[in-house]
Amino acid sequence: MVKAIRFFFSVLLMMIYSSAFGSEPEYDTINHTQTESLDLKSSIKEQINHHLQDSHDFHLFSDETTGKHYGFPLPVILWDDGLHVFMSSEFHHGETVVQSDEKFYTLNHGKIYKTDAEGTVNYDAEHHHVINEKPLDFSITKNVFMIFFVGLLLFLMLRSTARSYKKRGDLPSGIGRFLEPIIVFVREDIAKPNIGAKHYKKYMSFLLTVFFFIWLVNLFGLTPIGVNITNNIAVTFALAVMTYLITTFTAKKDYWKHIFWMPGVPVPMKVVLAPIELLGTIIKPFSLMIRLYANITAGHIVIMSIIGMMFVFQNWIGSSLSFILALVLGILELLVAALQAYIFTMLSALYFGSAVEEHDHH
Amino acid sequence: MEIPVMVGAGLVVIGAGIGIGRIGGSAMEAIARQPEATGKIQTAMLIAAALIEGIGFAALFAVG
Repeated sequence: MVKAIRFFFSVLLMMIYSSAFGSEPEYDTINHTQTESLDLKSSIKEQINHHLQDSHDFHLFSDETTGKHYGFPLPVILWDDGLHVFMSSEFHHGETVVQSDEKFYTLNHGKIYKTDAEGTVNYDAEHHHVINEKPLDFSITKNVFMIFFVGLLLFLMLRSTARSYKKRGDLPSGIGRFLEPIIVFVREDIAKPNIGAKHYKKYMSFLLTVFFFIWLVNLFGLTPIGVNITNNIAVTFALAVMTYLITTFTAKKDYWKHIFWMPGVPVPMKVVLAPIELLGTIIKPFSLMIRLYANITAGHIVIMSIIGMMFVFQNWIGSSLSFILALVLGILELLVAALQAYIFTMLSALYFGSAVEEHDHH
Repeated sequence: MEIPVMVGAGLVVIGAGIGIGRIGGSAMEAIARQPEATGKIQTAMLIAAALIEGIGFAALFAVG
């Protein structure tokens, strides 16, 4: 422990030393400095916006001085009176127009639009939105690629865990040793208390999948690869829709009775309660969707802003302070990644529990 | 953002903050009284906090 602290402080001192006595760029005039800082701020803003968006190529980093981009292209799949498939590298980061079967496409701020041979893009006069028509886009974008990757990873991890039980009885081996307590936690602390010991088994597969998926995806969002899947509202929407469908289709008679004809209250109240309860069934998955999406988006924006502050300050006090702040927030985000997976699974279990609950006392 | 919208967003955050703060404080008190029920109290606390947070985010989206 003492060693770790000593190491931390020596790193900190080294950082302060190098930033205090390192060569700092000197500006000729005040004017120059101001435009420079404005450029920096807008470029940080652009960087954050770019990070929050999905993209058609897997962009890792770029060299600002030479303008070179490092990364790899992903396939673009469009449906526009027939199938159009090509690699996203043909766009050259939005600089060229792609021709596919006598149709032209252009890339503008991460979205693909129909265009002509010259690549004309028409803008809305008021809001500066592109008003070109869009083809149906089924591309393997960065998010889709990472979802496939996480799915494969989950399959390999959990499959090997299951197989090790088959081979060695009740003692797992390899990664199963790490996963077993988490699986038992989902079963004992999430599924059983909320759904009930009688019905919990048929929901376990969904709960485990959704827990590990959200957790892993959130963790990948914190790596410098720069993916963020759960801050795409379409992904959280799909997850919430699954919870909604499972709740609706496995619900017992009592669940519907409590929605449409609440027992134990006077008749006028029953009539008032029915639409409210019906609306409630949709609000529940809606709040699941918004919660996951907003938490992860907010976390990403805050961390990236604080990392950006290091470059804005350009002196050793401010920059090392924002470094420490970014580190602490990064640790907090590690907690949030697991917590959001836990809450999503827990609330899903709670809704499943209400669907299969049996009331004997009315 | 216009100024009323900003004030509204601030009010939403204040409200959600007060709500979650009260839940956290009450959970702390409950845990201090009955340390053996820590697990159950924490679960209930997280669910309640998540529900309030959901409302807060929904309102932020409405104003934003």
